[in-house]
Amino acid sequence: MKILVGYKRVVDYNVRIQVKPDGTGVVTDGVKLSANPFDDIALEEALRLREKGVAEEVIVVGIGPADLTAHLRNGLAMGANRAIHVQTADAVSPLTAARTFLKLIEKEQPGLVILGKQAIDDDANQTGQMLAALWDRPQATFAGKVEIADGKATVTREVDAGLETIEADLPAVITTDLRLNEPRFIKLPDIMKAKAKPIDVIELGSLGIDAADHIKTTHYAAPAKRSKGVMVKDAAELVAALKQKGLL
Amino acid sequence: MSKILVIAEHLDGKLNGATARAVSAAVAVKPESIDVIVLSDAPDAVAAEAAKIDGVSKVLTVARAENAHAMAAILAPQIAKAAAGYSHVFAPSTTFGKDLAPRVAALLGVSQVSDVMSVEGAHSFRRPIYAGNAIITVEVDTASTVVATIRTASWPAAASNGSAPVEALTVDVALPSHTRFVNLQQGKSDRPDLQGAAKVVSGGRGVGSKENFDIIYKFADKIGAGVGASRAAVDAGYCPNEMQVGQTGKIIAPELYMAIGISGAIQHLTGIKDAGTIVAINKDGEAPIFEIADIGLVGDLFKILPELEAAL
Ligand SMILES: Cc1cc2nc3c(=O)[nH]c(=O)nc-3n(C[C@H](O)[C@H](O)[C@H](O)COP(=O)(O)OP(=O)(O)OC[C@H]3O[C@@H](n4cnc5c(N)ncnc54)[C@H](O)[C@@H]3O)c2cc1C
Ligand SMILES: Nc1ncnc2c1ncn2[C@@H]1O[C@H](COP(=O)(O)O)[C@@H](O)[C@H]1O
Repeated sequence: MKILVGYKRVVDYNVRIQVKPDGTGVVTDGVKLSANPFDDIALEEALRLREKGVAEEVIVVGIGPADLTAHLRNGLAMGANRAIHVQTADAVSPLTAARTFLKLIEKEQPGLVILGKQAIDDDANQTGQMLAALWDRPQATFAGKVEIADGKATVTREVDAGLETIEADLPAVITTDLRLNEPRFIKLPDIMKAKAKPIDVIELGSLGIDAADHIKTTHYAAPAKRSKGVMVKDAAELVAALKQKGLL
Repeated sequence: MSKILVIAEHLDGKLNGATARAVSAAVAVKPESIDVIVLSDAPDAVAAEAAKIDGVSKVLTVARAENAHAMAAILAPQIAKAAAGYSHVFAPSTTFGKDLAPRVAALLGVSQVSDVMSVEGAHSFRRPIYAGNAIITVEVDTASTVVATIRTASWPAAASNGSAPVEALTVDVALPSHTRFVNLQQGKSDRPDLQGAAKVVSGGRGVGSKENFDIIYKFADKIGAGVGASRAAVDAGYCPNEMQVGQTGKIIAPELYMAIGISGAIQHLTGIKDAGTIVAINKDGEAPIFEIADIGLVGDLFKILPELEAAL
Protein backbone atom coordinates (compact mmCIF):
# COMPACT_ATOMS: atom_id res chain seq x y z
CA MET A 1 0.00 0.00 0.00
CA LYS A 2 1.08 3.55 -0.74
CA ILE A 3 0.48 6.39 1.67
CA LEU A 4 0.16 9.97 0.46
CA VAL A 5 1.07 12.58 3.07
CA GLY A 6 0.23 16.30 3.01
CA TYR A 7 3.41 18.24 3.76
CA LYS A 8 2.69 21.95 3.77
CA ARG A 9 5.29 24.61 4.47
CA VAL A 10 4.12 27.30 6.88
CA VAL A 11 5.51 30.07 9.06
CA ASP A 12 7.14 28.33 12.04
CA TYR A 13 4.86 28.09 15.06
CA ASN A 14 7.34 29.97 17.26
CA VAL A 15 7.27 33.09 15.09
CA ARG A 16 5.29 36.04 16.41
CA ILE A 17 3.15 37.00 13.47
CA GLN A 18 3.08 40.70 12.56
CA VAL A 19 0.36 42.19 10.40
CA LYS A 20 1.64 44.70 7.82
CA PRO A 21 0.61 48.24 8.76
CA ASP A 22 -1.21 48.72 5.45
CA GLY A 23 -3.41 45.68 6.06
CA THR A 24 -2.32 43.82 2.92
CA GLY A 25 -0.93 40.73 4.64
CA VAL A 26 1.36 39.45 7.35
CA VAL A 27 5.12 39.91 7.36
CA THR A 28 6.73 36.79 5.87
CA ASP A 29 10.05 38.23 4.62
CA GLY A 30 12.95 36.69 6.50
CA VAL A 31 10.59 34.72 8.72
CA LYS A 32 11.42 31.11 9.60
CA LEU A 33 9.39 28.57 7.64
CA SER A 34 8.84 24.96 8.75
CA ALA A 35 6.65 21.98 8.04
CA ASN A 36 3.14 22.40 9.40
CA PRO A 37 3.38 20.64 12.81
CA PHE A 38 0.35 18.46 12.03
CA ASP A 39 2.00 17.38 8.78
CA ASP A 40 5.14 16.26 10.60
CA ILE A 41 2.80 14.12 12.69
CA ALA A 42 1.12 12.84 9.51
CA LEU A 43 4.48 11.88 8.03
CA GLU A 44 5.60 10.22 11.26
CA GLU A 45 2.42 8.12 11.34
CA ALA A 46 2.94 7.06 7.72
CA LEU A 47 6.55 6.10 8.41
CA ARG A 48 5.50 4.01 11.40
CA LEU A 49 2.93 2.20 9.26
CA ARG A 50 5.66 1.47 6.73
CA GLU A 51 7.97 0.24 9.48
CA LYS A 52 5.19 -2.08 10.69
CA GLY A 53 4.89 -3.49 7.17
CA VAL A 54 1.41 -2.05 6.61
CA ALA A 55 2.65 0.22 3.82
CA GLU A 56 5.48 -0.03 1.31
CA GLU A 57 5.80 3.51 0.12
CA VAL A 58 5.35 6.94 1.71
CA ILE A 59 5.02 9.94 -0.61
CA VAL A 60 5.09 13.52 0.70
CA VAL A 61 3.13 16.13 -1.24
CA GLY A 62 3.70 19.86 -1.18
CA ILE A 63 1.67 22.36 -3.16
CA GLY A 64 3.50 25.66 -3.41
CA PRO A 65 6.08 27.88 -5.08
CA ALA A 66 9.27 26.85 -6.86
CA ASP A 67 11.46 27.14 -3.76
CA LEU A 68 9.62 24.32 -1.95
CA THR A 69 12.39 21.84 -2.81
CA ALA A 70 14.41 22.25 0.39
CA HIS A 71 11.26 21.78 2.43
CA LEU A 72 10.35 18.57 0.60
CA ARG A 73 13.92 17.33 1.12
CA ASN A 74 13.26 17.55 4.85
CA GLY A 75 10.32 15.20 4.41
CA LEU A 76 12.54 12.85 2.45
CA ALA A 77 15.25 13.08 5.12
CA MET A 78 12.68 12.19 7.74
CA GLY A 79 12.05 9.03 5.76
CA ALA A 80 9.57 9.48 2.91
CA ASN A 81 10.43 7.45 -0.20
CA ARG A 82 9.71 10.25 -2.63
CA ALA A 83 8.07 13.62 -2.99
CA ILE A 84 5.62 15.28 -5.32
CA HIS A 85 5.87 19.02 -5.74
CA VAL A 86 2.80 20.58 -7.27
CA GLN A 87 4.12 23.93 -8.34
CA THR A 88 2.16 27.16 -8.22
CA ALA A 89 3.10 30.72 -7.40
CA ASP A 90 -0.33 31.45 -5.91
CA ALA A 91 -1.61 30.53 -2.47
CA VAL A 92 -4.11 27.69 -2.86
CA SER A 93 -7.46 27.43 -1.12
CA PRO A 94 -8.36 24.24 0.77
CA LEU A 95 -10.74 23.30 -2.05
CA THR A 96 -8.00 23.68 -4.65
CA ALA A 97 -5.62 21.69 -2.43
CA ALA A 98 -8.27 18.94 -2.12
CA ARG A 99 -8.84 18.89 -5.90
CA THR A 100 -5.08 18.66 -6.39
CA PHE A 101 -4.77 15.73 -3.99
CA LEU A 102 -7.63 14.00 -5.81
CA LYS A 103 -5.70 14.23 -9.09
CA LEU A 104 -2.63 12.73 -7.43
CA ILE A 105 -4.77 9.97 -5.93
CA GLU A 106 -6.09 9.05 -9.38
CA LYS A 107 -2.52 8.60 -10.54
CA GLU A 108 -0.95 7.00 -7.46
CA GLN A 109 -3.89 4.92 -6.13
CA PRO A 110 -2.85 5.14 -2.44
CA GLY A 111 -4.52 3.04 0.25
CA LEU A 112 -4.35 5.88 2.71
CA VAL A 113 -3.98 9.65 2.64
CA ILE A 114 -2.82 11.33 5.84
CA LEU A 115 -3.11 15.11 6.16
CA GLY A 116 -2.81 17.47 9.10
CA LYS A 117 -6.06 18.45 10.75
CA GLN A 118 -5.23 22.07 10.05
CA ALA A 119 -2.52 24.20 8.57
CA ILE A 120 -1.37 26.65 11.24
CA ASP A 121 -1.21 29.55 8.77
CA ASP A 122 -4.76 29.62 7.38
CA ASP A 123 -6.17 27.57 10.31
CA ALA A 124 -8.79 26.39 7.81
CA ASN A 125 -9.21 22.77 8.90
CA GLN A 126 -10.89 21.81 5.63
CA THR A 127 -8.65 20.06 3.13
CA GLY A 128 -8.92 16.48 4.43
CA GLN A 129 -12.69 16.61 4.77
CA MET A 130 -13.05 18.13 1.29
CA LEU A 131 -10.77 15.54 -0.25
CA ALA A 132 -12.75 12.71 1.35
CA ALA A 133 -15.97 14.21 -0.02
CA LEU A 134 -14.64 14.62 -3.56
CA TRP A 135 -13.10 11.14 -3.48
CA ASP A 136 -16.29 9.73 -1.98
CA ARG A 137 -14.28 7.89 0.67
CA PRO A 138 -14.27 7.79 4.51
CA GLN A 139 -12.72 10.54 6.60
CA ALA A 140 -11.31 10.10 10.07
CA THR A 141 -10.44 13.58 11.27
CA PHE A 142 -8.57 14.66 14.44
CA ALA A 143 -6.97 11.23 14.84
CA GLY A 144 -5.33 10.44 18.17
CA LYS A 145 -4.79 6.75 17.43
CA VAL A 146 -4.72 4.77 14.19
CA GLU A 147 -4.77 1.02 13.63
CA ILE A 148 -4.77 -0.54 10.19
CA ALA A 149 -5.81 -4.16 9.65
CA ASP A 150 -7.88 -6.22 7.21
CA GLY A 151 -8.43 -3.33 4.79
CA LYS A 152 -9.85 -1.14 7.53
CA ALA A 153 -8.64 1.75 9.65
CA THR A 154 -9.80 1.91 13.24
CA VAL A 155 -9.29 5.48 14.35
CA THR A 156 -9.79 7.11 17.72
CA ARG A 157 -10.73 10.75 17.21
CA GLU A 158 -10.26 13.62 19.64
CA VAL A 159 -13.69 15.24 19.79
CA ASP A 160 -15.25 17.81 22.12
CA ALA A 161 -17.15 15.14 24.04
CA GLY A 162 -14.13 12.87 24.57
CA LEU A 163 -12.70 10.11 22.39
CA GLU A 164 -14.70 8.70 19.50
CA THR A 165 -13.65 5.51 17.74
CA ILE A 166 -14.74 4.85 14.18
CA GLU A 167 -14.01 2.21 11.59
CA ALA A 168 -13.32 3.17 7.99
CA ASP A 169 -12.84 0.98 4.93
CA LEU A 170 -9.68 1.73 2.98
CA PRO A 171 -8.85 3.75 1.02
CA ALA A 172 -9.57 6.61 3.40
CA VAL A 173 -8.43 10.05 4.50
CA ILE A 174 -7.07 10.55 8.01
CA THR A 175 -6.26 13.93 9.53
CA THR A 176 -3.91 14.11 12.49
CA ASP A 177 -4.29 15.63 15.94
CA LEU A 178 -1.31 16.58 18.09
CA ARG A 179 -1.28 13.56 20.33
CA LEU A 180 -1.16 10.94 17.57
CA ASN A 181 2.61 10.61 17.87
CA GLU A 182 5.86 12.45 18.50
CA PRO A 183 7.67 13.08 15.18
CA ARG A 184 11.26 11.82 14.96
CA PHE A 185 14.20 14.17 14.50
CA ILE A 186 16.05 14.27 11.22
CA LYS A 187 19.59 12.88 11.45
CA LEU A 188 22.50 14.27 9.46
CA PRO A 189 23.22 11.12 7.39
CA ASP A 190 19.55 11.06 6.38
CA ILE A 191 19.88 14.56 4.96
CA MET A 192 22.66 13.24 2.71
CA LYS A 193 20.60 10.21 1.69
CA ALA A 194 17.58 12.40 0.93
CA LYS A 195 19.51 14.18 -1.80
CA ALA A 196 19.29 11.04 -3.93
CA LYS A 197 15.55 10.58 -3.48
CA PRO A 198 13.24 11.67 -6.31
CA ILE A 199 11.03 14.76 -6.32
CA ASP A 200 8.44 14.85 -9.11
CA VAL A 201 7.55 18.38 -10.12
CA ILE A 202 4.11 18.95 -11.63
CA GLU A 203 2.65 22.31 -12.66
CA LEU A 204 -0.66 22.93 -10.92
CA GLY A 205 -1.92 24.38 -14.17
CA SER A 206 -1.31 21.07 -15.96
CA LEU A 207 -3.68 19.11 -13.70
CA GLY A 208 -6.79 20.49 -15.36
CA ILE A 209 -8.56 21.47 -12.16
CA ASP A 210 -10.65 24.52 -11.42
CA ALA A 211 -8.36 26.50 -9.13
CA ALA A 212 -10.50 29.65 -8.95
CA ASP A 213 -10.96 30.92 -5.43
CA HIS A 214 -14.37 32.40 -4.76
CA ILE A 215 -13.33 33.65 -1.31
CA LYS A 216 -11.13 36.76 -1.39
CA THR A 217 -9.22 38.18 1.54
CA THR A 218 -9.68 41.94 1.42
CA HIS A 219 -8.01 43.06 4.63
CA TYR A 220 -5.64 41.92 7.37
CA ALA A 221 -5.78 43.41 10.85
CA ALA A 222 -3.95 42.84 14.10
CA PRO A 223 -6.19 41.31 16.76
CA ALA A 224 -7.71 43.54 19.42
CA LYS A 225 -5.17 43.81 22.21
CA ARG A 226 -6.08 43.03 25.78
CA SER A 227 -4.72 45.76 27.99
CA LYS A 228 -2.30 44.83 30.72
CA GLY A 229 -4.10 44.42 34.01
CA VAL A 230 -3.15 44.79 37.64
CA MET A 231 -1.01 42.65 39.90
CA VAL A 232 -2.28 41.69 43.34
CA LYS A 233 0.02 40.61 46.13
CA ASP A 234 -1.86 37.75 47.77
CA ALA A 235 -4.92 35.52 47.83
CA ALA A 236 -6.95 37.95 49.95
CA GLU A 237 -6.40 40.79 47.46
CA LEU A 238 -7.34 38.50 44.58
CA VAL A 239 -10.60 37.48 46.26
CA ALA A 240 -11.39 41.13 46.97
CA ALA A 241 -10.71 42.13 43.36
CA LEU A 242 -12.92 39.33 42.02
CA LYS A 243 -15.71 40.17 44.46
CA GLN A 244 -15.55 43.80 43.37
CA LYS A 245 -16.07 42.71 39.75
CA GLY A 246 -19.00 40.56 40.87
CA LEU A 247 -17.22 37.39 39.71
CA LEU A 248 -17.26 35.63 43.10
CA MET B 1 -32.31 38.01 0.25
CA SER B 2 -30.44 35.41 2.24
CA LYS B 3 -31.86 32.12 3.45
CA ILE B 4 -29.76 30.38 6.02
CA LEU B 5 -29.64 26.72 6.98
CA VAL B 6 -28.09 26.07 10.40
CA ILE B 7 -26.93 22.53 11.19
CA ALA B 8 -27.96 21.50 14.69
CA GLU B 9 -25.40 19.78 16.87
CA HIS B 10 -26.72 17.32 19.41
CA LEU B 11 -25.71 14.35 21.49
CA ASP B 12 -27.75 11.88 23.53
CA GLY B 13 -31.03 13.57 22.56
CA LYS B 14 -29.93 17.02 23.72
CA LEU B 15 -29.24 20.08 21.60
CA ASN B 16 -25.70 21.42 22.00
CA GLY B 17 -25.60 25.09 23.10
CA ALA B 18 -23.25 25.87 20.22
CA THR B 19 -26.25 25.67 17.87
CA ALA B 20 -27.89 28.76 19.41
CA ARG B 21 -24.58 30.61 18.96
CA ALA B 22 -24.54 29.71 15.27
CA VAL B 23 -28.11 31.04 15.07
CA SER B 24 -26.88 34.37 16.52
CA ALA B 25 -24.39 34.65 13.67
CA ALA B 26 -27.18 33.81 11.21
CA VAL B 27 -29.33 36.60 12.70
CA ALA B 28 -26.45 39.04 12.12
CA VAL B 29 -26.71 38.36 8.37
CA LYS B 30 -30.26 39.81 8.55
CA PRO B 31 -31.67 37.05 6.37
CA GLU B 32 -35.16 36.43 5.11
CA SER B 33 -35.29 33.17 7.06
CA ILE B 34 -33.22 30.90 9.31
CA ASP B 35 -34.01 27.19 9.28
CA VAL B 36 -32.35 24.69 11.60
CA ILE B 37 -31.82 21.15 10.34
CA VAL B 38 -31.71 18.23 12.79
CA LEU B 39 -30.39 14.92 11.47
CA SER B 40 -30.91 12.05 13.86
CA ASP B 41 -32.47 8.62 14.22
CA ALA B 42 -34.94 10.19 16.67
CA PRO B 43 -34.94 13.98 16.15
CA ASP B 44 -38.09 15.05 18.02
CA ALA B 45 -36.67 16.12 21.38
CA VAL B 46 -33.76 17.97 19.77
CA ALA B 47 -36.09 19.61 17.25
CA ALA B 48 -38.37 20.81 20.06
CA GLU B 49 -35.39 22.48 21.74
CA ALA B 50 -34.20 24.03 18.47
CA ALA B 51 -37.71 25.36 17.77
CA LYS B 52 -37.45 27.57 20.84
CA ILE B 53 -34.33 29.44 19.68
CA ASP B 54 -35.17 33.07 18.92
CA GLY B 55 -34.83 33.97 15.25
CA VAL B 56 -35.47 30.46 13.92
CA SER B 57 -38.11 30.35 11.16
CA LYS B 58 -38.58 26.61 11.10
CA VAL B 59 -36.91 23.37 12.15
CA LEU B 60 -36.41 20.60 9.60
CA THR B 61 -35.97 17.06 10.84
CA VAL B 62 -34.37 14.23 8.88
CA ALA B 63 -35.08 10.98 10.72
CA ARG B 64 -33.03 8.05 9.47
CA ALA B 65 -31.55 5.11 11.34
CA GLU B 66 -28.17 5.91 9.73
CA ASN B 67 -28.19 9.27 11.53
CA ALA B 68 -27.90 7.71 14.99
CA HIS B 69 -24.31 8.98 15.22
CA ALA B 70 -22.91 12.17 13.79
CA MET B 71 -20.72 10.74 11.03
CA ALA B 72 -19.71 13.38 8.48
CA ALA B 73 -19.61 10.94 5.56
CA ILE B 74 -23.25 10.04 6.23
CA LEU B 75 -24.64 13.45 7.19
CA ALA B 76 -22.90 15.53 4.50
CA PRO B 77 -24.72 14.18 1.42
CA GLN B 78 -28.08 14.72 3.13
CA ILE B 79 -27.22 18.29 4.10
CA ALA B 80 -25.79 19.09 0.66
CA LYS B 81 -29.09 17.96 -0.84
CA ALA B 82 -31.19 19.84 1.73
CA ALA B 83 -29.10 22.97 1.11
CA ALA B 84 -30.67 23.58 -2.30
CA GLY B 85 -32.39 26.97 -2.21
CA TYR B 86 -30.34 28.27 0.72
CA SER B 87 -27.77 31.03 0.29
CA HIS B 88 -25.86 30.11 3.48
CA VAL B 89 -25.13 26.93 5.46
CA PHE B 90 -23.80 27.52 8.99
CA ALA B 91 -22.46 25.06 11.55
CA PRO B 92 -20.82 25.71 14.90
CA SER B 93 -17.04 25.61 14.90
CA THR B 94 -16.88 22.65 17.27
CA THR B 95 -15.29 19.31 16.40
CA PHE B 96 -18.74 18.30 15.07
CA GLY B 97 -18.99 21.30 12.73
CA LYS B 98 -15.32 21.27 11.74
CA ASP B 99 -15.61 17.62 10.72
CA LEU B 100 -18.88 18.01 8.83
CA ALA B 101 -19.10 21.46 7.22
CA PRO B 102 -16.08 21.19 4.87
CA ARG B 103 -17.46 17.89 3.59
CA VAL B 104 -20.74 19.66 2.83
CA ALA B 105 -18.88 22.58 1.22
CA ALA B 106 -16.91 20.29 -1.09
CA LEU B 107 -20.12 18.55 -2.19
CA LEU B 108 -21.51 22.00 -2.99
CA GLY B 109 -18.28 22.85 -4.86
CA VAL B 110 -17.28 25.75 -2.61
CA SER B 111 -14.57 26.59 -0.10
CA GLN B 112 -15.62 27.27 3.46
CA VAL B 113 -15.28 30.32 5.68
CA SER B 114 -13.91 28.83 8.91
CA ASP B 115 -14.41 30.31 12.38
CA VAL B 116 -16.56 33.35 11.63
CA MET B 117 -15.97 36.00 14.33
CA SER B 118 -18.13 38.74 12.89
CA VAL B 119 -20.52 39.34 10.05
CA GLU B 120 -19.71 42.46 7.99
CA GLY B 121 -22.35 41.79 5.35
CA ALA B 122 -24.22 38.85 3.84
CA HIS B 123 -21.05 37.82 2.00
CA SER B 124 -18.39 39.44 4.13
CA PHE B 125 -16.97 38.03 7.35
CA ARG B 126 -14.03 38.35 9.70
CA ARG B 127 -12.07 35.33 10.85
CA PRO B 128 -8.81 34.59 12.67
CA ILE B 129 -5.72 33.07 11.06
CA TYR B 130 -2.25 32.28 12.49
CA ALA B 131 -3.71 31.20 15.85
CA GLY B 132 -5.61 34.47 16.14
CA ASN B 133 -2.55 36.65 15.55
CA ALA B 134 -4.15 38.17 12.48
CA ILE B 135 -7.79 38.79 11.69
CA ILE B 136 -8.81 38.77 8.06
CA THR B 137 -11.85 40.13 6.28
CA VAL B 138 -13.06 37.81 3.53
CA GLU B 139 -15.57 38.39 0.74
CA VAL B 140 -17.40 35.41 -0.69
CA ASP B 141 -18.44 35.60 -4.33
CA THR B 142 -22.19 36.39 -4.27
CA ALA B 143 -22.94 33.63 -6.78
CA SER B 144 -21.64 30.92 -4.39
CA THR B 145 -23.32 29.30 -1.43
CA VAL B 146 -21.66 30.51 1.76
CA VAL B 147 -20.64 27.53 3.90
CA ALA B 148 -19.25 28.72 7.22
CA THR B 149 -18.38 27.48 10.66
CA ILE B 150 -19.18 29.88 13.48
CA ARG B 151 -16.55 30.55 16.15
CA THR B 152 -18.74 29.94 19.17
CA ALA B 153 -16.69 32.11 21.57
CA SER B 154 -17.47 35.17 19.43
CA TRP B 155 -21.26 34.81 19.61
CA PRO B 156 -23.70 34.77 22.49
CA ALA B 157 -26.31 32.02 22.47
CA ALA B 158 -29.62 33.28 21.04
CA ALA B 159 -32.35 33.23 23.69
CA SER B 160 -35.01 30.51 23.85
CA ASN B 161 -38.39 32.24 23.77
CA GLY B 162 -39.45 31.18 20.30
CA SER B 163 -41.83 28.55 18.96
CA ALA B 164 -40.92 27.78 15.37
CA PRO B 165 -42.79 25.07 13.47
CA VAL B 166 -41.12 21.67 13.04
CA GLU B 167 -41.33 19.93 9.65
CA ALA B 168 -40.20 16.44 8.71
CA LEU B 169 -38.03 16.39 5.62
CA THR B 170 -37.33 13.39 3.41
CA VAL B 171 -33.94 13.57 1.77
CA ASP B 172 -33.67 11.04 -0.96
CA VAL B 173 -29.99 10.29 -1.24
CA ALA B 174 -27.97 7.07 -1.06
CA LEU B 175 -25.70 6.86 1.98
CA PRO B 176 -22.31 5.17 2.15
CA SER B 177 -21.57 2.26 4.47
CA HIS B 178 -17.78 2.71 4.37
CA THR B 179 -17.59 4.62 7.67
CA ARG B 180 -18.93 3.12 10.89
CA PHE B 181 -19.29 4.36 14.44
CA VAL B 182 -17.69 2.11 17.06
CA ASN B 183 -17.95 3.96 20.36
CA LEU B 184 -17.65 7.25 22.21
CA GLN B 185 -15.81 7.46 25.50
CA GLN B 186 -17.26 10.53 27.14
CA GLY B 187 -15.55 12.22 30.01
CA LYS B 188 -18.12 11.93 32.77
CA SER B 189 -18.31 15.07 34.80
CA ASP B 190 -20.94 16.92 36.82
CA ARG B 191 -19.00 20.14 36.35
CA PRO B 192 -20.25 22.90 34.04
CA ASP B 193 -19.49 22.22 30.40
CA LEU B 194 -16.23 23.92 29.41
CA GLN B 195 -17.68 25.62 26.34
CA GLY B 196 -20.71 27.05 28.07
CA ALA B 197 -19.39 27.71 31.59
CA ALA B 198 -19.43 31.25 32.99
CA LYS B 199 -16.31 30.48 34.99
CA VAL B 200 -13.40 28.25 34.01
CA VAL B 201 -10.37 27.25 36.06
CA SER B 202 -7.49 25.73 34.05
CA GLY B 203 -4.35 23.99 35.18
CA GLY B 204 -1.08 23.71 33.30
CA ARG B 205 2.18 21.85 33.53
CA GLY B 206 2.87 23.71 36.76
CA VAL B 207 0.28 21.54 38.50
CA GLY B 208 2.81 18.73 38.22
CA SER B 209 0.79 15.50 38.22
CA LYS B 210 -2.57 13.85 37.75
CA GLU B 211 -2.97 13.55 41.53
CA ASN B 212 -2.12 17.22 42.02
CA PHE B 213 -4.82 18.15 39.53
CA ASP B 214 -7.34 17.42 42.30
CA ILE B 215 -6.44 20.79 43.77
CA ILE B 216 -7.71 22.42 40.53
CA TYR B 217 -10.95 20.37 40.55
CA LYS B 218 -11.53 21.16 44.22
CA PHE B 219 -11.11 24.87 43.75
CA ALA B 220 -13.27 24.88 40.59
CA ASP B 221 -16.05 23.06 42.44
CA LYS B 222 -15.87 25.58 45.23
CA ILE B 223 -16.61 28.46 42.83
CA GLY B 224 -18.85 26.46 40.46
CA ALA B 225 -16.44 26.58 37.54
CA GLY B 226 -15.73 24.29 34.60
CA VAL B 227 -12.21 22.87 34.39
CA GLY B 228 -9.77 23.25 31.50
CA ALA B 229 -6.10 22.57 30.88
CA SER B 230 -3.15 23.52 28.73
CA ARG B 231 -1.85 21.14 26.11
CA ALA B 232 1.21 20.41 28.24
CA ALA B 233 -1.06 19.24 31.08
CA VAL B 234 -3.06 17.01 28.73
CA ASP B 235 0.04 15.61 27.05
CA ALA B 236 1.56 14.81 30.43
CA GLY B 237 -1.58 12.81 31.24
CA TYR B 238 -2.80 15.03 34.09
CA CYS B 239 -6.26 15.20 32.50
CA PRO B 240 -8.22 14.03 29.44
CA ASN B 241 -7.91 15.60 25.95
CA GLU B 242 -11.37 17.16 25.92
CA MET B 243 -10.18 19.58 28.59
CA GLN B 244 -7.58 21.23 26.34
CA VAL B 245 -8.05 24.94 25.78
CA GLY B 246 -6.34 26.70 22.87
CA GLN B 247 -5.70 26.80 19.14
CA THR B 248 -6.14 23.06 18.80
CA GLY B 249 -8.39 22.55 21.78
CA LYS B 250 -11.46 24.48 22.81
CA ILE B 251 -11.92 28.18 22.17
CA ILE B 252 -13.86 29.57 25.11
CA ALA B 253 -15.21 32.89 26.37
CA PRO B 254 -16.18 32.56 30.04
CA GLU B 255 -16.79 35.63 32.21
CA LEU B 256 -13.93 34.50 34.44
CA TYR B 257 -10.90 32.48 33.32
CA MET B 258 -8.25 31.46 35.84
CA ALA B 259 -4.96 30.14 34.42
CA ILE B 260 -3.06 28.29 37.09
CA GLY B 261 0.50 27.13 36.45
CA ILE B 262 0.13 27.98 32.74
CA SER B 263 2.91 29.98 31.03
CA GLY B 264 0.73 31.62 28.35
CA ALA B 265 1.96 30.28 24.99
CA ILE B 266 0.23 31.95 22.01
CA GLN B 267 -1.50 28.67 21.17
CA HIS B 268 -3.07 28.68 24.62
CA LEU B 269 -3.94 32.38 24.63
CA THR B 270 -5.82 32.11 21.36
CA GLY B 271 -8.34 29.93 23.19
CA ILE B 272 -9.09 32.49 25.91
CA LYS B 273 -8.80 35.90 24.23
CA ASP B 274 -12.52 36.55 24.52
CA ALA B 275 -12.79 35.77 28.22
CA GLY B 276 -14.24 38.57 30.35
CA THR B 277 -11.64 38.61 33.11
CA ILE B 278 -8.43 36.60 32.97
CA VAL B 279 -6.68 35.76 36.23
CA ALA B 280 -3.18 34.27 36.20
CA ILE B 281 -1.45 32.53 39.05
CA ASN B 282 2.14 31.61 38.27
CA LYS B 283 5.32 31.44 40.30
CA ASP B 284 7.29 33.04 37.50
CA GLY B 285 6.65 36.80 37.42
CA GLU B 286 8.02 36.92 33.85
CA ALA B 287 5.55 34.37 32.47
CA PRO B 288 3.90 35.72 29.28
CA ILE B 289 0.45 35.01 30.70
CA PHE B 290 0.84 38.14 32.85
CA GLU B 291 0.98 40.29 29.69
CA ILE B 292 -2.68 39.59 29.00
CA ALA B 293 -4.03 38.81 32.47
CA ASP B 294 -6.46 41.33 33.99
CA ILE B 295 -5.40 40.26 37.45
CA GLY B 296 -2.07 38.57 38.13
CA LEU B 297 -0.72 36.94 41.23
CA VAL B 298 2.88 35.73 41.43
CA GLY B 299 3.36 32.76 43.72
CA ASP B 300 3.23 29.03 44.28
CA LEU B 301 -0.14 27.62 43.29
CA PHE B 302 0.04 24.96 46.00
CA LYS B 303 0.17 27.71 48.59
CA ILE B 304 -2.24 30.15 46.92
CA LEU B 305 -5.13 27.82 46.06
CA PRO B 306 -5.73 26.70 49.66
CA GLU B 307 -5.52 30.34 50.75
CA LEU B 308 -8.07 31.31 48.11
CA GLU B 309 -10.42 28.59 49.25
CA ALA B 310 -10.06 29.70 52.83
CA ALA B 311 -10.76 33.32 51.87
CA LEU B 312 -14.01 32.51 50.05
C1 LIG C 1 0.60 23.43 16.56
C2 LIG C 1 0.53 23.63 18.05
C3 LIG C 1 -0.70 23.72 18.65
C4 LIG C 1 -0.80 23.91 20.03
N1 LIG C 1 -2.04 23.99 20.59
C5 LIG C 1 -2.15 24.23 21.91
C6 LIG C 1 -3.43 24.36 22.54
O1 LIG C 1 -4.49 24.23 21.91
N2 LIG C 1 -3.47 24.63 23.86
C7 LIG C 1 -2.33 24.77 24.62
O2 LIG C 1 -2.46 25.03 25.83
N3 LIG C 1 -1.13 24.62 24.06
C8 LIG C 1 -1.01 24.35 22.74
N4 LIG C 1 0.24 24.17 22.20
C9 LIG C 1 1.41 24.08 23.12
C10 LIG C 1 1.94 25.42 23.59
O3 LIG C 1 2.87 25.90 22.63
C11 LIG C 1 2.64 25.26 24.97
O4 LIG C 1 3.64 24.28 24.86
C12 LIG C 1 1.70 24.87 26.10
O5 LIG C 1 0.57 25.71 26.11
C13 LIG C 1 2.44 24.98 27.44
O6 LIG C 1 1.62 24.56 28.50
P1 LIG C 1 1.86 25.07 29.98
O7 LIG C 1 1.74 26.56 30.02
O8 LIG C 1 0.99 24.29 30.90
O9 LIG C 1 3.35 24.58 30.28
P2 LIG C 1 4.68 25.42 30.48
O10 LIG C 1 4.92 26.32 29.34
O11 LIG C 1 5.71 24.43 30.85
O12 LIG C 1 4.36 26.34 31.73
C14 LIG C 1 4.17 25.89 33.03
C15 LIG C 1 4.06 27.11 33.91
O13 LIG C 1 3.76 26.70 35.25
C16 LIG C 1 4.46 27.57 36.14
N5 LIG C 1 4.61 26.84 37.42
C17 LIG C 1 5.35 25.73 37.66
N6 LIG C 1 5.19 25.34 38.93
C18 LIG C 1 4.35 26.22 39.52
C19 LIG C 1 3.81 26.36 40.84
N7 LIG C 1 4.10 25.48 41.80
N8 LIG C 1 2.98 27.40 41.08
C20 LIG C 1 2.68 28.30 40.09
N9 LIG C 1 3.17 28.21 38.85
C21 LIG C 1 3.98 27.18 38.56
C22 LIG C 1 5.77 27.86 35.45
O14 LIG C 1 6.33 29.08 35.93
C23 LIG C 1 5.34 27.95 33.99
O15 LIG C 1 5.03 29.28 33.61
C24 LIG C 1 0.37 23.98 20.83
C25 LIG C 1 1.61 23.89 20.21
C26 LIG C 1 1.71 23.70 18.83
C27 LIG C 1 3.04 23.59 18.21
N1 LIG D 1 -0.40 23.67 -0.05
C1 LIG D 1 -0.42 22.48 0.59
N2 LIG D 1 0.60 21.59 0.43
C2 LIG D 1 0.58 20.40 1.06
N3 LIG D 1 -0.42 20.00 1.88
C3 LIG D 1 -1.45 20.84 2.08
C4 LIG D 1 -1.52 22.11 1.44
N4 LIG D 1 -2.66 22.71 1.84
C5 LIG D 1 -3.27 21.87 2.70
N5 LIG D 1 -2.55 20.73 2.85
C6 LIG D 1 -2.86 19.59 3.72
O1 LIG D 1 -4.14 19.79 4.32
C7 LIG D 1 -4.04 19.95 5.73
C8 LIG D 1 -5.11 20.88 6.26
O2 LIG D 1 -4.95 22.19 5.73
P1 LIG D 1 -6.06 23.32 5.90
O3 LIG D 1 -7.35 22.75 5.41
O4 LIG D 1 -5.57 24.45 5.05
O5 LIG D 1 -6.11 23.69 7.36
C9 LIG D 1 -2.60 20.36 5.97
O6 LIG D 1 -2.17 19.99 7.28
C10 LIG D 1 -1.87 19.56 4.89
O7 LIG D 1 -1.68 18.22 5.27
